[in-house]
Amino acid sequence: MTELDQSCSVLREYGSEQSLLSKPDGSSTFVQGDTSILAGVYGPAEVKVSKEIYDRATVEVLIQPKMGLPGVRERTREQCVRETCKAALLLTLHPRSSVTVILQVIHDDGSLLSCCLNAACMALMDAGLPMSHLFCSVTCAISKEGQIIIDPTARQEKVRRTALLTFAIESVECNVLMSSTTGSFSVQELQQCIAISQKASEQIFQFYRDSVKRRYSKIK
Amino acid sequence: MAAGFKTAEPLEYHRSFLKENCRSDGRELGEFRPTTLNISSISTADGSALVKIGNTTVICGIKAELTMPPSDAPNKGYMVPNVDLPPLCSSKFRPGPPGEQAQAASQFIADVIESSDLINMEELCIEKSKLCWVLYCDIMCLDYDGNLLDACIIVLLAALKNAQLSEVTINKETDLAEVDIQKKKPLKINRLPVGSSFAVFDDSIIIVDPTAEEESLSTALLTVVTDEEDRLCAVHKPGGTSLSGEKLQHCINRAITRNKEISKLVGKVIESTKTAK
Repeated sequence: MTELDQSCSVLREYGSEQSLLSKPDGSSTFVQGDTSILAGVYGPAEVKVSKEIYDRATVEVLIQPKMGLPGVRERTREQCVRETCKAALLLTLHPRSSVTVILQVIHDDGSLLSCCLNAACMALMDAGLPMSHLFCSVTCAISKEGQIIIDPTARQEKVRRTALLTFAIESVECNVLMSSTTGSFSVQELQQCIAISQKASEQIFQFYRDSVKRRYSKIK
Repeated sequence: MAAGFKTAEPLEYHRSFLKENCRSDGRELGEFRPTTLNISSISTADGSALVKIGNTTVICGIKAELTMPPSDAPNKGYMVPNVDLPPLCSSKFRPGPPGEQAQAASQFIADVIESSDLINMEELCIEKSKLCWVLYCDIMCLDYDGNLLDACIIVLLAALKNAQLSEVTINKETDLAEVDIQKKKPLKINRLPVGSSFAVFDDSIIIVDPTAEEESLSTALLTVVTDEEDRLCAVHKPGGTSLSGEKLQHCINRAITRNKEISKLVGKVIESTKTAK
């Protein structure tokens, strides 16, 4: 256990703001260190007949990079965010509707996919869409010496032979919802990263609870 | 009567089999479909392979071209993988620009190539900052019946093992590249990444190698790529219902066993072509 404490570091300073945009049904920003994402949610709204599903809502995710048009890299991230949102939302309550999540990258300084997922969750909460559980995301980097760094910056991510693991954790039983990895690593390192991510996710869930409590509390 | 039940209530149909610990096509929960591999299928390509996992058929062709190395890595060549899902393979793919599944698969293959350190990119460089090889790996699905990612990885690996690159020398006087088609040598493959895909049903039952029907009814999909040293190159689970740590470990163990099976298959096929020559 002492080995675990020595190798894991702390999450960067994170913060969030909700309901900052007027047009979307829900919006939020999520900041992790210097990485900043702005999320907007529209839903439940009309859906094109070609995309409608008879018994549940259709979820669409769009990720706009800071520069240029969305490319293949954004598609994989969109797939991860979309499937995670689909698992969390109670889609059968809104059949033949659409839920659209739009994520705009304001600044990328590492842990981009994690920040996107966290921003998406806060925006979905802000929109008031019914969810069965909340989710948050943590990125771990394993350096070539085997040291595990949590919430890496862009510089730490770019070091040669660094493996990057991004996990989405759900709030009820802290199980892994989504996993996206690059680089090679051993099975023990994977288990360690999952354990570290689950521990860090407790902090983020507490932050979600505090921000919602502060928002709806009558005592200012 | 069973066919009517299958069309009307596909989920209940599959559940009735899973209750008895087997699947609708007679397989066990942890059984892969029979995998067949054929190499040098395309004579005009520098390397090619065709793989069939059950009904899923994927073909890969490798074309090597000469180009200038990128400015941020002047001593390395590069690989450009592309996964194409034409309307031929399944009714759910329409003609036009690549859809999301094709793009996500292409990115996944590119990540596996990088993560597993498949070939030394420095070996593809002929002269620093001037000339290098670029390998265009075109992976096309001919018949889509689930488990696309596993098939793509196997076919890419086999095609790379089969690929032969001509020898290139730079003429000092004219500064032009001279390609000697008669002298060819194979690529040096460092690692053998093999993928195993799983589908989660009803949050608790895990089945291996899902068919297209099982994929559409599942609640989550997982792909684990391992190399021959039992190191993980990718753990790809794009959302869906949650998975506990022990179930994940069970999947990884199955993936490690599958790696050994497929490495033997690829080795046997490459050996058989060598003896045939």
